[in-house]
Amino acid sequence: MKFFLFHLMPYADLDLSATDKYNTSWVTLPNSYYDPKKGHLLYNRYLDELEMGDTLGFDGVCVNEHHSNAYGLMPQPGVLAGSLARRTRNVKIAVLGRALPLLNNPVTVAEEYAILDNITGGRLIAGFVRGIGAEYHSWTSNPALSHARFHEAHDLIVEAWTKTGPFPFEGKHYHFEYVNLWPRCYQEPHPPIWIPSQGSTETIDWASHPDRRYVYLQTFSPKSALIKYMQQYRDTAERQGWQAGPESLGWATPIYVAETDEQAVKEARPHIEAFYQKFLRMPPEMIVPPGYTSLKSMQQMMRAKAELAFGEKNIEEVMANGMFLCGSPATIREKIIEAGRDIGVGHVLSMLQFGTLPADLTRKNIELYAREVIAPLRKEFGVSGPEMAAAE
Amino acid sequence: MSAVKDYFETIEGCKTHILRAGEGQPLLFLHGANGGRWLPFLDDLAKDYDVIAPEHPGFGTSDTPDWLDNTGDLAHFYLEFMHQLGLDNVLLVGTSLGGWISCEIGVRSTQALDRMALSAPAGIHVKGVQKGDMFLWNPEQMVRNLMYSKELQDKMLAMPVSDDERDMALRNRFTTAKLAWSPRLYNPDLAKWLHRIRIPTMILWGRQDKLIPASYGERFNELIPGSVLKTFDECGHLPHAEKSGEFTAAIRDFAKG
Repeated sequence: MKFFLFHLMPYADLDLSATDKYNTSWVTLPNSYYDPKKGHLLYNRYLDELEMGDTLGFDGVCVNEHHSNAYGLMPQPGVLAGSLARRTRNVKIAVLGRALPLLNNPVTVAEEYAILDNITGGRLIAGFVRGIGAEYHSWTSNPALSHARFHEAHDLIVEAWTKTGPFPFEGKHYHFEYVNLWPRCYQEPHPPIWIPSQGSTETIDWASHPDRRYVYLQTFSPKSALIKYMQQYRDTAERQGWQAGPESLGWATPIYVAETDEQAVKEARPHIEAFYQKFLRMPPEMIVPPGYTSLKSMQQMMRAKAELAFGEKNIEEVMANGMFLCGSPATIREKIIEAGRDIGVGHVLSMLQFGTLPADLTRKNIELYAREVIAPLRKEFGVSGPEMAAAE
Repeated sequence: MSAVKDYFETIEGCKTHILRAGEGQPLLFLHGANGGRWLPFLDDLAKDYDVIAPEHPGFGTSDTPDWLDNTGDLAHFYLEFMHQLGLDNVLLVGTSLGGWISCEIGVRSTQALDRMALSAPAGIHVKGVQKGDMFLWNPEQMVRNLMYSKELQDKMLAMPVSDDERDMALRNRFTTAKLAWSPRLYNPDLAKWLHRIRIPTMILWGRQDKLIPASYGERFNELIPGSVLKTFDECGHLPHAEKSGEFTAAIRDFAKG
């Protein structure tokens, strides 16, 4: 079991009534609600929080990518990863963007990741995503081309990392006369590739292909969905002739640890509810633009009038369905042991700051989680942490 | 009036759904983003014309061909369509997305055309005049923003929608996104060549159009030499539905020349 510290870097000072007025904190929420003086403090606080991961024995830290919203202030995650690259020594740095279909030139991502991999001496984990539906509105990128552009951009980046340049790349969406990456990646043949997803058969089929065997991350999902998709990845891999173990499977989830179960719920309640009810708020037209999913799955979604995973959920609901782990260290340990032993998760990406959770509670959460959850569980699973590995 | 013929024809490898009624000069109707149902105004026009109303490739029950990437592809498709059906001296009537396709046909070739009526066509961009964002409208906002009359809006919203109709609407929306998401509802090269449309052209617009503001009508009017502009008051983006009597009367007058 590997333990990652994942930050979303929300604009925690948001006037939450704004999301009621605009019915969202994405795309159309005016940036007049953003105060750069507060932003300055938040960015530095959040980077400090991630840097704690390096000294407290986490295996890695994670940033991600979203655009034009108060939910997460990392539209250009490479900038934050670059800062972390120099301020950390042990942890892996996972960039759980980049939203490839939004880009007119995906070679920029090949370059950015290669630089990070060089600076860190191979501590980079390279994430590839399509971005969520809202991004296609914010960037006026065509959602109907999302899948095609994702696959082509991915091919281009991996070729840029693995083929000797210069070479031409001849795609439908991307066409280059000279692909010739300077710098080349530090890791051979290239950094590990992780694919975060909310759960999609098409993504699992693609990520688990024997040519790729990418780590698949399930994000923000009820436990039932986590179980389903982890099993689906293993089954799909087996059908394609290989055995996928926990090292191929990850789970990203908000977690709050306090001294007792009661205290944890009491301290976390307003902040996790702000997260699910305000920061994630989006009308359906915004989150699933036409073409973002296949027509068939969209039609099924509409027919089932399926509730999106987000909405007016309170803490009891998100704790009950497994979208939020909250409790004493013993409670959290038990849930992570279950994820590892029964569900087969090999990477737990804990979001230890969420919504409006303030600095003092975030710090306490990170320290308790490191000391009372990670350290005992390393013994439980018999796996050493990064600094232990370094000492051996 | 004769019954509406409902059939499929394969054109450029695409099984295309066609509705057709009436006799006389061929009138090819190109529908908008919401799809190609047979509407009352087509019944009216079928009294005087051979009305041919296909569903575009990618829409309704027509196939989605592999070659479909943009409205230029649809323009070439309809040039082949007219050729294959042996249509000549065609009165081309297009609304919204269909008006855009009509313009793309017109800048390529007007050989098979007699004249052209464009109802609130998409296809160009007027700097500083923002269009409505149909992709962020929910189903109710869509109806309310497309029609001016509150009474008609309420009537539309009260109509039951079957699962099949909802599936179809979603398919039409997917294809519309593919063709028109970015650049939003226009082709940056089209405005440069609209002066090539040298056949009589009428532009129709609802003054209260919230999707493509009526000032776009004035711009089309400037760009297409000799074109005439007719506007409808108390009317949104769909004059053929909201002002169908005046709309068909305008088409008849225009066709007389």
